[in-house]
Amino acid sequence: MMSFKETLGQLNVRAYCKKYGLGMWRCPQFLFLLMGLVIIATALITYVIGTRYVADPGIVSLIVLVITIILFVLTFSFTRSLEGLAEANRLKSEFVSIVSHQLRAPLSNLKWALEILISGRFGRVEGKPADYLQILTDNTKRMGELVSSLLIVSRIEQGRLPMHKAEFSLVDLAKEAITEFKPIASASNVDIVLEIPKSDLPFAFGDSSQLKIVAENFIDNAVRYTQGAGKVVVTVSPKNGTLLFSVKDGGVGIPKEDQKHIFQKFFRSGNVLKYQTQGSGLGLYIAKSIVEKSGGKIGFKSEQDKGSTFWFTIPTKK
Amino acid sequence: MQKKILFVEDEAALQKTLGDVLEQEGYRVIRALDGEAGFKMAQAENPDLILLDLVLPKMHGFEVLKALKSDEATKSIPIIVLTNLESMGDIEKALELGATTYLVKASYSLEEVVNKIKKALGE
Repeated sequence: MMSFKETLGQLNVRAYCKKYGLGMWRCPQFLFLLMGLVIIATALITYVIGTRYVADPGIVSLIVLVITIILFVLTFSFTRSLEGLAEANRLKSEFVSIVSHQLRAPLSNLKWALEILISGRFGRVEGKPADYLQILTDNTKRMGELVSSLLIVSRIEQGRLPMHKAEFSLVDLAKEAITEFKPIASASNVDIVLEIPKSDLPFAFGDSSQLKIVAENFIDNAVRYTQGAGKVVVTVSPKNGTLLFSVKDGGVGIPKEDQKHIFQKFFRSGNVLKYQTQGSGLGLYIAKSIVEKSGGKIGFKSEQDKGSTFWFTIPTKK
Repeated sequence: MQKKILFVEDEAALQKTLGDVLEQEGYRVIRALDGEAGFKMAQAENPDLILLDLVLPKMHGFEVLKALKSDEATKSIPIIVLTNLESMGDIEKALELGATTYLVKASYSLEEVVNKIKKALGE
């Protein structure tokens, strides 16, 4: 619920519109306030005319009709100016999309050139220069991941996230994702284990490459936010006719006050910023969009300093 | 016999990286920097494999693909499309036009691309 102070703050229309960089005539808050005032004023005028000057109900009805038409025209022109906002939002998504596409080409050039240098195909690089090469490689990879995340976000916002649904094994997907993070995890003494039931599980139905992004995000977070040595448990199990994928860690956890924001775009919890400044705050936003578009549910349980469990469900083939 | 690869790519950096590595792997790499030159070289040189970018000056990759597949002399040369376009529509169109493989540059390491090229050459 909005607090009293927040509600009062919204009445300061000028500050509100300024915050979003909108001119008064394009600012919804101002337009609705104006609209309200116009409606109240016309109702008053109608009342005064009807009771004091004109006794004929026919003429009063006519006046009401004329005023309604004027109000209709006004409302229409107001909504037209709101269209500008929708257009601005579309342009923003398009901008992100174009920029990320354009960034991909130079990034893949960088990636391949670095790969050649590190492979030693044309001569070994050793000692300090090799360390610098590794820094370049790591940061190119980071940039690449960020650009990919931005591309996914822009697709989500334009409603163009591709979903190629098919049957797949969620256990295989979990194994692949774990294999990818094993090296990073063992470097920081974190053990990733997979727990699956003994009986065979049904196939999941969804876009496996998209859901792999979600699984990797969960495991990445679990490893990243585990302090010192620890264990990350990945589970795949049946749940009410769907399949449940969950990742449990004993890491830093999420403070209670931050929990409601955790799936918001660009949100990063205050406590993790102390341990880990890297991260875009896009991962869980993307995860939520993908899971929901797949017809599943997503959620988590977390306690600060005790750890978190993130899970999603995915439909099985009917 | 040394196999011949035609590399149609307008980006100099990629001509250098992938081209150099392929030469080191023992292939003869002939290079074209635009679509039109690529098509002409394919006719003149009869390569064993063509690596084709899509966004190319003078002649778009799709047109090159169409032209190569409708010419008796070049029809049977395997073509790997190597691009950063990754919409399902582009992928389907390229495969429909007769491309052997479709690779999105950003998704693969250089080593993986080289392996795919070897595989397409039947090695």
